[in-house]
Amino acid sequence: MEMTGAQILMAVLKEEEVDTVFGFPGGAVIDIYDELVRTDIRHILVRHEQGAVHAADGYARASGKAGVCLVTSGPGATNTVTGIATAYMDSIPMVVITGQVPTHLIGNDAFQEVDIVGITRPCTKHNYLVKSVDDLARTMREAFYLARSGRPGPVLVDIPKDVANQSAKFKPQEDIKIKSYQPTYRPNMKQLKKIVGLVKKARRPLLFGGGGVILSGAAEAFTAFARKTHMPVTTTLMGLGAFPGSDPLWLGMIGMHGTYRANMSTGNCDLLIAIGVRFDDRVTGKIETFAGNAQIVHIDIDPTSIRKNVGVAIPVVGDCLQSLNELNRMITEDNQNAFEEDHREWLAQIEEWKKQHRMAYDQGTETIKPQFVIDKLFEITEGRAIITTEVGQNQMWAAQYYHFDGPRQFITSGGLGTMGFGLPAAIGAKAAQPDRIVVDVAGDGSIQMNIQEMATAMQSCLPVKVLILNNGYLGMVRQWQELFYEKRYACTTMDHQPDFVKLAEAFGAVGLRATRPEEVIPVLKEGLACEVPVIMDFVVEKEESVYPMVPAGANITEMLLV
Amino acid sequence: MKEDKHVITMLVDNEPGVLSRVVGLFSGRGFNIESLCVAETVTPGLSRITIVTKANPPVVEQIEKQLNKLINVVKVRDLTHQDSVMREMALICVKASPEHRAEILRIVDIFRCKVIDVGLEHYIIEVTGDEGKLTALLNLLRPMGIKKIARTGTIALIREPK
Repeated sequence: MEMTGAQILMAVLKEEEVDTVFGFPGGAVIDIYDELVRTDIRHILVRHEQGAVHAADGYARASGKAGVCLVTSGPGATNTVTGIATAYMDSIPMVVITGQVPTHLIGNDAFQEVDIVGITRPCTKHNYLVKSVDDLARTMREAFYLARSGRPGPVLVDIPKDVANQSAKFKPQEDIKIKSYQPTYRPNMKQLKKIVGLVKKARRPLLFGGGGVILSGAAEAFTAFARKTHMPVTTTLMGLGAFPGSDPLWLGMIGMHGTYRANMSTGNCDLLIAIGVRFDDRVTGKIETFAGNAQIVHIDIDPTSIRKNVGVAIPVVGDCLQSLNELNRMITEDNQNAFEEDHREWLAQIEEWKKQHRMAYDQGTETIKPQFVIDKLFEITEGRAIITTEVGQNQMWAAQYYHFDGPRQFITSGGLGTMGFGLPAAIGAKAAQPDRIVVDVAGDGSIQMNIQEMATAMQSCLPVKVLILNNGYLGMVRQWQELFYEKRYACTTMDHQPDFVKLAEAFGAVGLRATRPEEVIPVLKEGLACEVPVIMDFVVEKEESVYPMVPAGANITEMLLV
Repeated sequence: MKEDKHVITMLVDNEPGVLSRVVGLFSGRGFNIESLCVAETVTPGLSRITIVTKANPPVVEQIEKQLNKLINVVKVRDLTHQDSVMREMALICVKASPEHRAEILRIVDIFRCKVIDVGLEHYIIEVTGDEGKLTALLNLLRPMGIKKIARTGTIALIREPK
C-alpha cells in the first residue's frame, strides 16, 4: 500500500502501541502533525521542547513503556538535548522524533536547520537521519527496538520534511534484527553458582540495587532474593522502590546523602551484591576504599558498566530479572533458616548503627522544616503517590523521607541531575498513570526552570501537584558553600521570587501557601484533594541542610552528620 | 598503571557518521588516539577502522567494551598480543643535493623502498613497514633534509591459522 512518510510514521507508532506523544509543532513537522491529529494518539502540547522530552521521560518511567516526543527542526531539536541527555544517563527508553529541513537543503544552513544527529550522537543510545521515505518504517522500528532492549536509552530519529510527505510502499510489521547489536540477557550460570557459594559463606552480606532492577522489572525478584537470603538491602537513588521502604531489611539509600547505616554497612560488609548499578561517584565516594572489606559481585546487562569504576570478584553480564530468577531458584528452602542465623550478628550491628544516627529533624513551632513537609506528604498520601523531583535539596529530602514501597514510584533525574525535570516529568507520569496522585517535589530555584509547563498541565487536564520547598536559595549549592566555602553564598540567593500562589492562579491553577508548621497538613490536604493542578508553596527554614553528607571524594563511611 | 600501545581493529557499517561515532567516543571519554586508518573492506557495506592507542589494561578493556556498544560497530579486536601483521606507509620528500643523491638511493635500496618521484633537488620515497623500520629510515634521511612527509597510521590483520 502506498502511504506518505507521515502516514507510515503514524502506522509504526500504532504498531508500537504508542498512545501518547509529547510535542511541539513547527514548519518541518507540519505534515507529521497533520497526520497525527487523524489518529487516536493523544498529543500533549507542551510550552517548551525541553518539557516535551522530560514529559516523555516521566511517562516512560511511570509506565515502563517507551516515551515518545515530537518536535520541529533547529531550535525545536536543540531544546530537546538536555532532556535526551537526562534520559541517556538514567537509561530511559524513549524515541525522539525531530523534523529536519528538506533533504535538498541539508548542509546549506537553511532556515531552522541544525545537525541534530551530530549534536546528539554522544547522548543517545543511537540516532538516525532518514534520507529516504523507503527507509522510514524500518528505521522507526529499529528505533523502538533499540530504545527498549538491552540497557534502554533514548533514540533520536531525524525526519526531513520531504521524507514526511513523499510516498512509499508500506509493509506492516517486520522482525527487527541488528547483527551488530545483541544484548546478553541470559546470565552465565557458572558465575551465578559462584555467587550462591559466596552468599552461603558470607557473614556480613549487603544487597545493593540500582535503576537496572526497576528497568528490567525485577523489583519483585530482587525483594524475594533479599528475603530468601535474609540480607539487608540498600539501593541507589535510581533504585528507590526496588525494595519496599517499609521492610525491616531496608537500610535506606546509599551514597553522598545515604543513611548512616547504609553507608556504614557498605564500608563493613564482607560481600556486596550489586545488581543493576553503575557505581556512580555520588554512590561510591572515594573509589579506592569503597566497600573495602568486601568481595564485590556485579550483575548488569551493560558490559561497559562492569569494571568501569570498581574491580569485581564475580562479574555477570545479563538481565537483572533473569539473573535474580535463577538465583532465587538456586537458593533452596533449607538454606533459608541458616541465613537468618548467619546474619544475626550483622543485622544487630546494623540496628546499632540505626540507633546511633537516625534520619531525624527537629520540627519546632516557628518555621517549617522541609523534611517535615515530605514526612507529612508521605503520611497523607499513605506512601502511594508517584513522586517526581527537581534537583538538589528537594530531591534528596524526597528520597530520604518518602518511603517507596514499589518500583516506578520515584521519578528523578539521577545521573544528569537536571533542574527543571520534575514538573514536566510529573505531567508525563500523570498521563501514564491518571489514577495515581503525582507530586513534583520542587525547590523554588528549580521549579522556575520549566514553570511554563503549568500551562501544559492545565490544557491537557493533568492535575499534577507541585510542592515547593521554598527557602529562597539554590539550596544544595548554598549548603556546599556553607560547609566548604566558608559561607560565601556566591550567587545562590534568589533575591527576587515570583509570588507562587498568584503565579499558579495566573495559569488557572490553584495556589496555596504555608508559612507556619501548623499550616502544613491543611495545605497538603487541600492541595492533594484538588482536581486541578496545584502549586503548594511551603516557606521553609532557609538554611536547612541535607544530612548525612559524604563530602565529595571522601570515604563513604566518613559522613557529616547533623 | 603502565600504559601500553594497543592496536585495535574493528569492522563497522560503512555509513555516514560512523567514524564520527568512533572518534567521538574516544574524545568524549578521554581515550587516546595515536593513529587512525579507515577504508572499505571486500564485504559491501563494511569498513575497517584500525586505531592505535596508548592505555593501561582497565582502560583498554573499557575501550573495547565501549566500541562494542556502538550499534554500527560489528566486531572489535585488540591485536596487540595476537599473532598478527602490522604495517604503515610513508611518503617522504627528501632534499637530494648532488652530494647526497647516491647515498639516498643506497638507503632506499637497503630498506627496500621505492623512489616514486624525482626532481633536480628532491626525491619522493615510498616506504612500507612496521613502525620501527619507518623510524629507522627517517633517522637516516633526516641529516639530508626532509622537506615533507605524509604518513598513514598502522593497519593490521590477524594471521590466518597455518
